[in-house]
Amino acid sequence: MGRRVGLRAVALGYLLIILLGPLAMVFYRTFQDGLHPVWQALSDPNTVHAFEVTLLATAVAVPLNTGFGVLCALAIVRRRFRGKGLLNAFIDLPLAISPVVVGLSLYLLYGRTGWFGGWFLGHGIQVLFAFPAIVLATVFVSVPFVAREVIPTLRELGNEQEQAAATLGATRWQRFWRITLPSIRWAVIYGVVLTTARCLGEYGAVAVVSGRIEGKTETATLRVEDYVLNFNQAGAYAVSLVLAALAVVVLVVMTLRRTREEAV
Amino acid sequence: MAALKLTLGAALVVVLINVVLGTATAWVLVRDDFRGKALVNAVIDLPFALPTIVAGLTLLTLYGPTSPIGMNVAFTRTAIVLALCFVTLPFVIRTVQPVLHELDVEMEEAARSLGAGQLAVFRRIVLPNLLPGILSGAVLALARALGEIGAVVLISGNRPFSTEVASVFVLNRIESGDNVGAAAVAIVLLVAAFVLLLAIGAVRFYVTRHERG
Repeated sequence: MGRRVGLRAVALGYLLIILLGPLAMVFYRTFQDGLHPVWQALSDPNTVHAFEVTLLATAVAVPLNTGFGVLCALAIVRRRFRGKGLLNAFIDLPLAISPVVVGLSLYLLYGRTGWFGGWFLGHGIQVLFAFPAIVLATVFVSVPFVAREVIPTLRELGNEQEQAAATLGATRWQRFWRITLPSIRWAVIYGVVLTTARCLGEYGAVAVVSGRIEGKTETATLRVEDYVLNFNQAGAYAVSLVLAALAVVVLVVMTLRRTREEAV
Repeated sequence: MAALKLTLGAALVVVLINVVLGTATAWVLVRDDFRGKALVNAVIDLPFALPTIVAGLTLLTLYGPTSPIGMNVAFTRTAIVLALCFVTLPFVIRTVQPVLHELDVEMEEAARSLGAGQLAVFRRIVLPNLLPGILSGAVLALARALGEIGAVVLISGNRPFSTEVASVFVLNRIESGDNVGAAAVAIVLLVAAFVLLLAIGAVRFYVTRHERG
């Protein structure tokens, strides 16, 4: 019994030091001087703009990666083709690779002397240090989440129902909308939530390619760093708190999903 | 070079901490029972949900110059390890937990009834069963630790040759216009990511060897 309590203390103590302590501290520090500095930081036009950039990039990346993720999952589970193993391995790459390296590759590709950069500039489109680069970086880092969630669900599902529907004359499109999609919808929703969280919180890749021009190409996470470097603690905490609140929503969805799984 | 060495060293320390404390935490979450366990279980995923730069700020608040508990480790290597521990926390726990959940207690009881001590039961029954889970969690954590930037950048101080990790080094090189220097270190990180992906694949392949026949 003593051993068990000891282990519990070690595990909970570790969580307290690493996770809960720091988080509680931020909540405390944010409201230490009352609500006024928080409100002032959040209503600053540059902060508002930073949130707009982040939300806009997320709004592009999430639908794109949801569609791509579902397609990839269907291809990996249901089809046989050359390079399938490779696709399966490569889809995880953004999880293993440093976001800064992602940023650097975009930087080299779309820079003035890069393969694509010259062409785009020739046509009057600024990619690097502008919104398109932020979107590209956000899309890249959030690729795997939907596919990773949908693949195991599709595997477990099997395709008997779809075959039955096919013998009854359902077209491919009908089979997808009436059978496949309803069965994988929880996996898709969960994947979308994780993708959204990743997009909102992206820092490393965006830091490289955005140019972080205040009020123009600064995202919410870059805004936090900007505030910290300028010794505006209240501002940094205020923006962080908004991002942390979103994280808590994500956490609630993750917990709901786990409870569902355990109930099944 | 110094940045790569520092990153690898810190990442290995972090993986070791994760293997020991992550496994212990998973054990507590599966086998132990206490008030608020569900909440603790939910909070484990926080580092996945929280933007890394916010994670960095939270750590700076508690363990930085304005630390209310008088523990200032900001701009040291300890801070780097701390930040990496935060972002890699869920990996080992979440890979070990399901395995431990499935593990039959009867096996351990049988061993104990045959006279095996606590240590023998752990070493010869529990550990071999958990090893694939621990390994794949450790590899994931290593990959994440090698490439992490957001959580580290605020608290490490980024002093060249001392507390500048590889990803921050790449960022700083780009910003000072040295694309070649940036690319050189980035290539190393890229290759490391590939190798670790292969390693995860290998662990998965090994674990499913019985199912494949």
